[in-house]
Amino acid sequence: MDWVIWLIWIVKGFFLAMFLLVGFAYLTWYERRALARIQVRVGPNRAGPFGLLQPIADAVKLIFKEELTPAKAYKIVFFLAPIITMVPSIIIAAVIPWGPQEPQVKLFGYTISLYVADINVGVLYLMSIASIAVYGIVLAGWSSNSKYAMLGGLRSTAQMISYEITLGLAFVTVILLAGSMRMLDIVEAQRSWWFVVIQPVGAAVFLIAVLAEVNRAPFDMPEAEQELTAGYHAEYSGMKFALFFMAEYQKMIVVSAIAATVFFGGYLGPFVHRWPLLGPIYMLIKIIILLFGMIWVRATWPRVRYDRLMAFGWKVMLPLALAIVFITGFGILLAQELGDPIYLTVIPAASIVAGVIAVIMVNRALTRKRILSYEPR
Amino acid sequence: MTISQIIFLVVAGFTLASALMVVTTRNLIHAALFLVATLFGVAVVYAILQAGFLAVVQVVIYIGAIAILFIFAVMLTRRDMRDRGPQMNRMQWIGALLALLIFIGLSFLLSSWDGYSAVAQEMPADFDTMGRLGEALVSPDAYLLPFEVASVLLLAALVGAVYVAYTRR
Amino acid sequence: MHEYIAIAVLIGLATLIALIAIVLGELFGPKKKSAVKSMPYESGMDPYGEGTRRMPVHFYLIAVLFILFDIEVVFFLPWAVVFRKLGLFGLIEMIIFIAILLVGYVYAWKKGALEWE
Repeated sequence: MDWVIWLIWIVKGFFLAMFLLVGFAYLTWYERRALARIQVRVGPNRAGPFGLLQPIADAVKLIFKEELTPAKAYKIVFFLAPIITMVPSIIIAAVIPWGPQEPQVKLFGYTISLYVADINVGVLYLMSIASIAVYGIVLAGWSSNSKYAMLGGLRSTAQMISYEITLGLAFVTVILLAGSMRMLDIVEAQRSWWFVVIQPVGAAVFLIAVLAEVNRAPFDMPEAEQELTAGYHAEYSGMKFALFFMAEYQKMIVVSAIAATVFFGGYLGPFVHRWPLLGPIYMLIKIIILLFGMIWVRATWPRVRYDRLMAFGWKVMLPLALAIVFITGFGILLAQELGDPIYLTVIPAASIVAGVIAVIMVNRALTRKRILSYEPR
Repeated sequence: MTISQIIFLVVAGFTLASALMVVTTRNLIHAALFLVATLFGVAVVYAILQAGFLAVVQVVIYIGAIAILFIFAVMLTRRDMRDRGPQMNRMQWIGALLALLIFIGLSFLLSSWDGYSAVAQEMPADFDTMGRLGEALVSPDAYLLPFEVASVLLLAALVGAVYVAYTRR
Repeated sequence: MHEYIAIAVLIGLATLIALIAIVLGELFGPKKKSAVKSMPYESGMDPYGEGTRRMPVHFYLIAVLFILFDIEVVFFLPWAVVFRKLGLFGLIEMIIFIAILLVGYVYAWKKGALEWE
């Protein structure tokens, strides 16, 4: 084996990790600035121009903080949990393509592919790493040997595994449309239409499930400050806490990248097949827009109550996702049998009907409860 | 020895060592974690054998779901998760002997199989494993019946779990 | 195979970054232990009873449900890849597969396994 291949792997991995690290730092800044604007505040603006040096100041502060370990904690697992949380948030990005395969990008005579790994089970890889990410949280909660941490860890785990199924089914609709699990094939299949156009409800289901998966508002139950102090990382301080924080924001970036790849055309954009290096730029633009959506949701919606969160996942999202899978399959079949892609329009039409039915059901369930609670005893 | 053989030996050693730790460690959560390490080792072996689908499914199902269930089960059963009793009883040497005999017997049986010393062939680059798998799963000549029966099995597990957890109410 | 080595390299790099971060914190952070600091945090009250308690059976049940539906999703994936080749036959088969599983889902719903108090 050529040592240059190893070098390429290491350099590409390094670039990806650095992108996520820097992205994490500036996502915190971006979120604070955007939230501040929405709430008619200014946000951090003292460190550097527009507060751009704020993330560096935060990092330096955290390095000089004391690392506390509770006396009753299970020390080894307590030490490992932040690492187990942080590592999946980086390696999940390995299969995301940042640019087209053709034409090739050449550097010093070597072909550089714009992804770290191109495996034929790319989508399943994403699911597997997402399921590993649960471990860091449940172990952090358990090893802290503290009630708040334990409760937060358990809640978080139950929530993540509940929404993972919905996430998987949303992936299935994408695979049905693309006919492949390779991320590159999925992106190339969107050259005529982005999948968000063909399957808008699937994209909505995916984005909601992803919010729950990364524990973001309005699904940030596990770390609900008002009742669980900080949830699973209540006992962590200093750099170990920073790792949890880093993992959360890196996951935000990565899931935005995944959503962009599977529903919003990935690296596709004008002229990308002539100048492949435009691919990463388009990806970045899409990621920033999706991230703004996540921040906007946080600024707008209050937190969902935990019982409703779980009921929503199991009773609404799961049946809806299943229905969408079969609607997509039916539409593809119809277009194939009748030999006209115009019948693919059945998919968005029927899916939107299914989505509206789901919304009406939720509305009715909530309304009925409200009336009942006012009845005299 | 080639590089892939060395990688295999390292991974196999890691898998066996963590499997040993599963049965010897006192702390049940640690045992569950070593089980995760063992399962991960098996997933890596699948990846070495170019069975990407199996490797990733191993991670999704066994590590992502079943081991989580084990951890939940441990948290469900005991307040203090440390086992204080001895790990071995008087039968340990007989057990070890039996295990050794079974191992020798299995190795002997395997060595008489003609695929034992065959070298795995490199898969052609355009071999569509996913397509083959999907077709085999639902074609009537292949695994259609087991596939449908699997859903009955899942149904039985689902009903059983709900029944056990919710009968007293 | 090569692709998996690339992923292994990335795992190594990510672990390295995490370790460097923790070591930095250990090197530069102050170390003044005290009994109060090493108590578990309970909003200022002295901790009461055990830290880890028996968890409700409900979480376990959710994990069981998750395994079953996770396996179902895994069955879906190879089916979805070759769906165009299978045609109507494949769709009907998958509908039967899901219909059987949905019986259990409805049972769990009616028994209240999806409720959360």
